[in-house]
Amino acid sequence: MTSDGTTGNMATLAAATGSSGMAPVKEIKGRSLWADAVRRFKKDYFAVVCLGIIALYAAIAILASLGWIASPWDQVIGAPYAPPSLESLAHLFGTDIFGRSVFFKTLHGTRIAMSVGLVASLIAIPLGVSLGALAGYFGGWIDELIVWFYTTLSSIPNIMLLIAITFVLGKGTTSIYVALGVTSWIGLARVIRGEFIKHKNRDYVVAAASLGASHTSRIFKHILPNVSHFIIINLSMQFMGAIKSEVILSFLGLGVRGQPSWGVMIDDAKLELSRGVWWQLGGATLAMFFVVLAFNIVGDALRDALDPKIK
Amino acid sequence: MLTFLLRRLLAAIPTLFGVALITFVLFNLVGGDPTYQMLGKHATAQQVAELRHEYGFDRPLPIQFVDYLKQIVTFDFGRSYATKQEISSMISNSLGPSMSLAIPAFIVTTLLGIVIALLVAYHRGRAVDRVGVVLCVIGMSLPSLAYILFGQYVLAYQMGWFPISGWDSEWSERWSYISMPLLIWVAVSLGHEVRFFRTAILEETGQDYVRTARAKGLPEKRVFFKHVLKNSMVPIVTNVVLEIPLLILGAFLLEGFFGIPGIGSMTIDAVNNSDLPVLKAMTTLTSFLMIFGNLMTDIVYTWVDPRVSLK
Repeated sequence: MTSDGTTGNMATLAAATGSSGMAPVKEIKGRSLWADAVRRFKKDYFAVVCLGIIALYAAIAILASLGWIASPWDQVIGAPYAPPSLESLAHLFGTDIFGRSVFFKTLHGTRIAMSVGLVASLIAIPLGVSLGALAGYFGGWIDELIVWFYTTLSSIPNIMLLIAITFVLGKGTTSIYVALGVTSWIGLARVIRGEFIKHKNRDYVVAAASLGASHTSRIFKHILPNVSHFIIINLSMQFMGAIKSEVILSFLGLGVRGQPSWGVMIDDAKLELSRGVWWQLGGATLAMFFVVLAFNIVGDALRDALDPKIK
Repeated sequence: MLTFLLRRLLAAIPTLFGVALITFVLFNLVGGDPTYQMLGKHATAQQVAELRHEYGFDRPLPIQFVDYLKQIVTFDFGRSYATKQEISSMISNSLGPSMSLAIPAFIVTTLLGIVIALLVAYHRGRAVDRVGVVLCVIGMSLPSLAYILFGQYVLAYQMGWFPISGWDSEWSERWSYISMPLLIWVAVSLGHEVRFFRTAILEETGQDYVRTARAKGLPEKRVFFKHVLKNSMVPIVTNVVLEIPLLILGAFLLEGFFGIPGIGSMTIDAVNNSDLPVLKAMTTLTSFLMIFGNLMTDIVYTWVDPRVSLK
């Protein structure tokens, strides 16, 4: 992005005019694209609150996996199917069929949800960025091959691909990580490819090449930092998609076993509802609703803050 | 037009081949030999060999792949492991029930979505718009399973307005079973639809031709419902056509819950019974439909937008 250069010029301009005694102009400083984006994001108070919610979920996930909160989740704390009560924190969402605390199970479900989002992103982002960059930068048969590959993969309906992958890899959490990772890089690869096509012939890249920069250096050092904001924009959608898919896969019995997950809780709830036991479904729904809502809003705010086109 | 169609069809062949290759690699290579799983622990070597022969697992992989391509072309996917029925007849039997839910749901959702989006976009920036957008984001963030479970619990168990689940081959009876899943389908998808349509419409309102139309003194209603609406139909129609092939999967969770014997229920049963041939056939078929849907979109695109030439 050339915005760096232009804001830099403005800063020198400001310094020059500032010395001639015009006080208000002094405040204009050279800002990087990132600092600018952070400033714009901060203006959106609602999005900042939502970012806080996501941080809270992440903290709960870490604390729960360390055993510092909601531990132990599998302890019997009362009668089976006791309705929610304010008696203690553990009874807040009532109890399940074995008399375990639904509130603790909900908190522990955060662990699976956040880790699924994180691991899926850790697989999908390197995959999407590198394939998109290779296709966009080199063009030719490499481009054709990569585009063919992701067009093919994206013509398989997402849910069928997820089911097929988790099925053949065997049921379990690892399969879910892999399945979500390898199905969710396509959108990012498309965007990165498009950006690389746009950037590869820009002056700054040509200049770098004429100074003897290698392909690797041009891809990673010169172009990638200028398109990296798309990774951030993609990240929140990625997380949200992973959380939603995990719940559906676990619900279908293809996912998490032996530890609490929102999907498993909802699966249990389908038999409980006819007996009027709604709190397990309620707990999982509530937990999922707030985190998905937060990701939705943060995702929109990030796009507004980072996409130079919308400025 | 004919050459355009032919060229598009030819261009789809590598993708079709790719889908066949990916499903084959997933199910036959990664998934491995399912005969042991099917026969259980006490199978004799002879039983295993017979079954392997019956399903062709004893043949070299390239020949298995050619067999699979033959299956696709002749629409004969062999028999299900679980029910021993012909998969092609299972699919054609399930198509009717699936479509009798999916088509009305699709029509209602699309029409309602466009009408609400128009209303909201017409009042853009005002209270109606704000409330509409907030409701959309909330609707999108609620897990779809929560809609289904709470919908069934409240509307059927508590209110008794609809039968809990079931099916009837007679249309006169069928409506009572379809109405609740239909209602839930609309509720699940409306948030996303309205938001997408609204964005598509609002993108047009900033265009130069809108300013020109206003400048020459056209009333706002005419500008909006004639000029803007016509142009925003391009992205809207594209999106709607792309959704059609996915209808075959139905809202497969809905079908499972409400006992509708459609394609979705069939897929869920296949997951529960580890019925690999059915899953393989469903993955292939739905992918081919998606590719066909993309093709249709291209054609519809040239029809809605005369600027796109048939090249």
